[in-house]
Amino acid sequence: MNEWIVSFRAALETLDRLGAESVVNQALAHLTPILVVDQIVVPALEQIGLAWEQGDIALSQVYMSGRICEELVEQVLPPSDPDRKHQPRSAIVVLSDYHMLGKRIVYSQMRASGFELFDYGRMDVDELVERVLAGNIRVLLISVLMLPSALKVGQVCARLKAAGLPVKVVVGGAPFLFDDKLWSEVGADAMGRNAAEAVTIVERWMREMQ
Amino acid sequence: MNAMQRTLTALGQQEPDRVPLFLLTTEHGAKEVGLSIEEYYSRAGNVIEGQMRLLKKYRADCLYGFYYAAIEMEAWGGHTIFMPDGPPLCGSPIITRAEQIDTLIPPAIETAPGLQRVLDTIRGLKERVGDSVPIIGVAISPFSLPVMQMGFDNYLELIYEQPERFERLMQANITFSVNWANAQLAAGATAICYFDPVSSTTNIPRELYLKTGQTVARQALSRIKGPTATHMASGRALPIIGEIADTGTAIIGVSALEDLAALKAAANRRVSLLGNLNGIEMRRWTTAHAEFEVRRAIAKAGRGGGFLLGDNHGEIPWLVPDEVLLAIGDAVERWGNYPLDWVDDWLKEND
Repeated sequence: MNEWIVSFRAALETLDRLGAESVVNQALAHLTPILVVDQIVVPALEQIGLAWEQGDIALSQVYMSGRICEELVEQVLPPSDPDRKHQPRSAIVVLSDYHMLGKRIVYSQMRASGFELFDYGRMDVDELVERVLAGNIRVLLISVLMLPSALKVGQVCARLKAAGLPVKVVVGGAPFLFDDKLWSEVGADAMGRNAAEAVTIVERWMREMQ
Repeated sequence: MNAMQRTLTALGQQEPDRVPLFLLTTEHGAKEVGLSIEEYYSRAGNVIEGQMRLLKKYRADCLYGFYYAAIEMEAWGGHTIFMPDGPPLCGSPIITRAEQIDTLIPPAIETAPGLQRVLDTIRGLKERVGDSVPIIGVAISPFSLPVMQMGFDNYLELIYEQPERFERLMQANITFSVNWANAQLAAGATAICYFDPVSSTTNIPRELYLKTGQTVARQALSRIKGPTATHMASGRALPIIGEIADTGTAIIGVSALEDLAALKAAANRRVSLLGNLNGIEMRRWTTAHAEFEVRRAIAKAGRGGGFLLGDNHGEIPWLVPDEVLLAIGDAVERWGNYPLDWVDDWLKEND
């Protein structure tokens, strides 16, 4: 298994789509599609996320890795596949600012890890709160790049709490990386330091909610 | 020494009278003159007055002609979204299909009202301070401008998947950025801050930087008729610091994510450092913590000159309170005077 993870990660970091596909195909001869996702794709993406956080690889590699994995997983585990993970209703959004890359990376990695989630695009506080309540969302992933946007997460969390909806909020983006107390200050339930960590957090919540 | 002498001495890898403070404040000027951020940026006179008041209030060693990054995109046909409590943001990308790059023509500086306001601001600041205070202009690097032109995700795909079109875009952007930088120098800017966060190893691997961002920087900087500071806008630079110096830049703006002592050693007197106070955390610093962070930065990078104290992003967030900025100025005046004979003992106790 380890060798597959090592080969798969190496292929992703060098943007070798065919190499990555070859590893997945080799693994599929021995494992079900969902096990390939859980035991090869997700661990490789976790390692890549950690390597980015430590400054060992670049965001461009994280982004392109997520894109490749999303495409591969789409092939072996289509959205209609009953093996797709049973999960609470989840959504991802860019709050207030206009920087979309972080959300795109997390969205790709969530889908590459077998999750389905709503992509809310970019919203302001009022629209987001309304949409989350109407959509009965249980897990909300919020991405920001600017400090004022990060502080607006506080308004979202307070209003969702006041509405009584049991929604868990995970935040991510540069302001939270540069100030590790900010996520709790704004009332979020967790911070993902990288995209793979956001996936891990949602997986943990998924188990807790079952 | 005046601010200019202090800065030039430091950039010459010598110790001036004290560490130069490059407090890059922008929207704080709006507070000083009692205007909203959008109103503030609508007239050059507002920004001249704001910058002059900030210079006096915070006792920094530079003036900053920078408005906001999206002002360059206004010249390309883009629009700006003003926020009440932070920097104006860039609206929708102007390139929505890669094919548009094939016919892209760089805009003339003379026909862009926003850029002309910036030039008027620099001229006005130059009239006020002459050669006594460095005036910093800003040009977004041709390599980083496409994040606003087409969105970061589309741009990364262009770099990896369409090298010829990428090259075409770079040539258009180099023409624009060089013209823009030189117009600011002609208006009175002392140096140009060349914002190039995409080149940071936070964003692209070193090998790709050597083939892209560095090549573009070599072409652009060789045509800019004045000194430049390459700023990574919070991104990491340590693995490529020598290669950034090879582009001919004089200063590198470095990240709070990296150790200043390691950066100073890697710079090896070939290039000066600007940084690396954490502008995000700064919002909730106490005055005592501000003093501690100033001491830490000076202790790690101040000796021998070649160091300008500033934030790590190239812009102090609007939400950072006055008390903190005043405390930074106080701490520099208290601990930044050369020779820095307190440093060894302090590092033993605190590092």
